[in-house]
Amino acid sequence: MIALLLRDLKLAMRAGGGFGLGLVFFLIVTTLVPFAVGPQSDLLASIAPGVLWLGALLACLLSLDRLLALDWEDGTLDLLATAPLPLEAVVSVKALAHWITTGLPLVLAAPVFGVLLNLPAPGFFWLVASLAVGTPALSVVGTFGAALTVGLKRGGLLLSLLVLPLYVPTLIFGAEVARRGAQGMETGTPLLMLAGITLATIALLPFASAAVLRVNLR
Amino acid sequence: MSIATKANAIWQYANPKKFLATTERVLPFFWISAAICLAVGLVWGFFFTPDDFRQGSTVKIIYLHVPSALMAINCWLMMLVTSLVWLVRRHHVSALAARAAAPIGVVMTLIALITGAIWGQPMWGTWWAWDPRLTSFLILFLFYLGYIALWEAIEDPDTAADLTSVLCLVGSVFAILSRYAVNFWNQGLHQGASVMRAGAVTGTDTTEKVSNVFFYPLFLCIIGFVLLFIALVLYRTGTEIRARRIRALLARERAGA
Repeated sequence: MIALLLRDLKLAMRAGGGFGLGLVFFLIVTTLVPFAVGPQSDLLASIAPGVLWLGALLACLLSLDRLLALDWEDGTLDLLATAPLPLEAVVSVKALAHWITTGLPLVLAAPVFGVLLNLPAPGFFWLVASLAVGTPALSVVGTFGAALTVGLKRGGLLLSLLVLPLYVPTLIFGAEVARRGAQGMETGTPLLMLAGITLATIALLPFASAAVLRVNLR
Repeated sequence: MSIATKANAIWQYANPKKFLATTERVLPFFWISAAICLAVGLVWGFFFTPDDFRQGSTVKIIYLHVPSALMAINCWLMMLVTSLVWLVRRHHVSALAARAAAPIGVVMTLIALITGAIWGQPMWGTWWAWDPRLTSFLILFLFYLGYIALWEAIEDPDTAADLTSVLCLVGSVFAILSRYAVNFWNQGLHQGASVMRAGAVTGTDTTEKVSNVFFYPLFLCIIGFVLLFIALVLYRTGTEIRARRIRALLARERAGA
């Protein structure tokens, strides 16, 4: 499992673009928002938590179609399926690798983007906390979507159509934590709900991902 | 009759031939009774009920809005059950029924959304509000679209049936999650359940209840929509079975030639 994780991470780093691309995309989205809604700092401050969450979600989505497709094309996935490692573990590791390469950088970089959008000072901690708790769910759900569409020639658009509705609960609670945090309100309930969703997806969804992957490999 | 034979009575329709033969016999009854219920219910509702004292005649859109919204949700439930049956017992008719039901569900969702918007414009002063109920219906609409798109995208019918079934199961969990998340996210304008609530029907609970004057034709419309839905699903499932047969015949012909 560790070998597989290291392999995926190495591939993402050396293939060029995999590692930093999500981050650059996040930066571009953050830069474009003031152009679209105007540079008034109080307006930006009020929408900053939502925009940052949406940016993180889209950056996460961007890299999903490559998540399993490369291994599918060169046959690695067939080998992994016949390996002693259960397929559930394989998809979990894939999701973990995806989170380390896209989710984790976003979490770490989010405060910088928060400055760009004039996020109120108490919001920084809660923005980072909500992203840290919520982005693993994005990766796990995304892996399910990638497993569903892995056999398709042009799965990219379909993947977004399938995955984005599944992101709704995470987005709602994640953005709610960040918004409440920025306004100095109590954040316990949405944060717990967010954590619950993340843990439940991590616990259950790999089984669904592995099941659809088996169907696709048949 | 023992439970075992009763259970067998349903499973015999997993045979496409038996299914087609039976549905062809019962379909006319469903079409006709749906037409009668809808015609009587809608005419009664539109022309022979009084205008509401606050909402005027706009209240009458409930005869389309409530039944279609009800069927939009029940259609997804039906797809969930048939998907489960496909995953567990591998009956093709079941998978095809789920496929056949999805577009009907989309149309029902769309009818509910559009009639709601038409009603909302004069009543709430807006076509659309990010109200929990409205938002969850929009999300349900997106789930339907994704489900149908996945069916269309995959060529091999068995793979498509498997993948969409799993998507339906996972989607159901997330749809319910979204429903509660959306509730948490915004308080709504839409009234609560006021038709099918047990207390409201028996008359013990009179807080926010649809008056009997409106309720009888509404009930008829709901029954009409249920019958219409059953007829459409049976009809479309039959079409899917025949399309599958044509495919098989063409494939056999090509292999033979």
